[in-house]
Amino acid sequence: MAGLFHGHPTVMASAIILLLVLVAALFGPLLAPYDPYQINHLAVNQAGSAAHVLGTDEFGRDILSRLLYGIRPTVTVAVGATVIAAVLGTILGIIGAYGYGWAGALIMRGIDVLLAFPPILLALLAVGFWPSGIFTLMVVIGIVYVPHFGRVAHSATLQVIRQEFVQAEQAIGSRPLRVVFTAILPNILSPLVVQATLTVAAAILLESGLSFLGLGIVPPEPSWGQMIGTARGYLNLNPMYVVWPSLCLALTVLAINVIGDSLRDLLDPRLRQ
Amino acid sequence: MKELLVGSAFFVGHKLLTALAQLFVVATLVFSIMYLMPGDPVLLLLGAESNPTPAAIAAMRAKLGLDQPVLMQYFAWLGNALHFDFGLSVLNSYPVANAIAANFPRTLELGVAAIIIASLIGVPLGIAAALHRGKALDTILTSLATVGISVPVYILGAMFIIVFSLQLGWLPSSGYMDIARNMPEHFRRLTLPAVTLGFGLAASIARMTRSSMLEILNRDFIRALRAKGASESRVIWRHALRNASIPIVTIIGLQLGNLMGGTVLVEAMFNWPGLSTLLVEAVAKRDYPMVQGTVLTIAALFIFINLGVELLYSLLDPRIRQRRA
Repeated sequence: MAGLFHGHPTVMASAIILLLVLVAALFGPLLAPYDPYQINHLAVNQAGSAAHVLGTDEFGRDILSRLLYGIRPTVTVAVGATVIAAVLGTILGIIGAYGYGWAGALIMRGIDVLLAFPPILLALLAVGFWPSGIFTLMVVIGIVYVPHFGRVAHSATLQVIRQEFVQAEQAIGSRPLRVVFTAILPNILSPLVVQATLTVAAAILLESGLSFLGLGIVPPEPSWGQMIGTARGYLNLNPMYVVWPSLCLALTVLAINVIGDSLRDLLDPRLRQ
Repeated sequence: MKELLVGSAFFVGHKLLTALAQLFVVATLVFSIMYLMPGDPVLLLLGAESNPTPAAIAAMRAKLGLDQPVLMQYFAWLGNALHFDFGLSVLNSYPVANAIAANFPRTLELGVAAIIIASLIGVPLGIAAALHRGKALDTILTSLATVGISVPVYILGAMFIIVFSLQLGWLPSSGYMDIARNMPEHFRRLTLPAVTLGFGLAASIARMTRSSMLEILNRDFIRALRAKGASESRVIWRHALRNASIPIVTIIGLQLGNLMGGTVLVEAMFNWPGLSTLLVEAVAKRDYPMVQGTVLTIAALFIFINLGVELLYSLLDPRIRQRRA
């Protein structure tokens, strides 16, 4: 694991950023200097000052506090969606590769059709018909990324199936489910872990995008994407209002992607140079 | 030659049939999503907390055609969609198809402008990076491309507005102007959204151009061209770029999905009244016929662009056509 960081300052920096995000997600309410819902009409759209380090929003709420509170829903949705996508996608992918011929073909065809569409379009279609909220976002975004996991699990399983230890497991008469759990799953885990990291980043972006459009996390509960969307209307009054949530979001996503890429290099020795 | 023509016709026909099948699947999905979702769409639309009267619920049900048997509804909907008739908007009883027809060209214009800008930025930058491999310029361009790929369009858009519109005052920050009324203003307002949308694509194109050019420039025929005294610009633009073009076109094709997704956010960022604006508004107000119509239109656009890209490859590289046919 130490090899992940050694001689890679960007990976180190990314890990520190993610650690900070995690700390803020866990202890954000303790760290926040103000109540993020506290409206103050006397201090609207202020630039940064000693009292409000990052300034205030259109209702005079403290931006730093809202940023800290905004991490939790975003992380919850992203991680929850990734778990849903990983479980369903892996099951479908393994069935697609290892199951009966027609079922597998049907599943993979469906996955291919869904993969062809921009995730945000699928998410919009679903969000429109479901009651809004964190749970809906989690399920919808999770389902949107099922095909991506399905593809990865499918191709990884196809590679593993041909190897001798799987055929040996089958030859001694193990039931298919046992073959899957003892021989296949442990050996396709590393591409799935990499895919999970990248999916967390993609899910954060998708949730932020929906919240930016006003179709994600419901106000007054803060989220970064929603703050960017609101700040869009106050660009000339308080340009820094849009900068802070943008910076947080961009750095977090960049950090996760850097970690995901280096995980891939680490877990796949063929790519290591 | 005759075999080649038959092969091509077979290839095109096969691709066309696949596209139509995809479109059918999407249409079915768009229709059935209303039934797959938990809860009553009519109650969601009217707002359950407002306690609508049974008469109001029945009226809305009839308006949406939900009082018919599901299979009847499906065939009626599919038949109407074939005639580009998606019913009336629940909110203002305006035909959905008319609203789509009005906004569609604006989204198309934005997308095409973004692709053009992305190619004009991405290809020269990629070539420059390849020619200065390992030097400072290459490092700067490559890291800029990494950032361009990871930063979401609405952040990029906000930064562009702050710099080019609010600080420098060069371009308007948002809005749309009809081309017939004021052409220069139309293009001034198109610039920022198109550049924002095209930036990520430009980054992908630059990366692909760089690696593709590096590979081609190492080939023997390039050395032979240089040895026989061909000018450097001729070697690069005429011979190397042409051979490197297939992966570049591929990456543009693959990125079209992201581009379409990007229009949703860019249109909202810049108040560009396109298809996505229509869709987002319809989703927010639960205008189901409008949601179905816009999603199906965007999906159809997407499927046919993909079809176009695949046919374009086979034109650029006859090997693809022969292999698959």
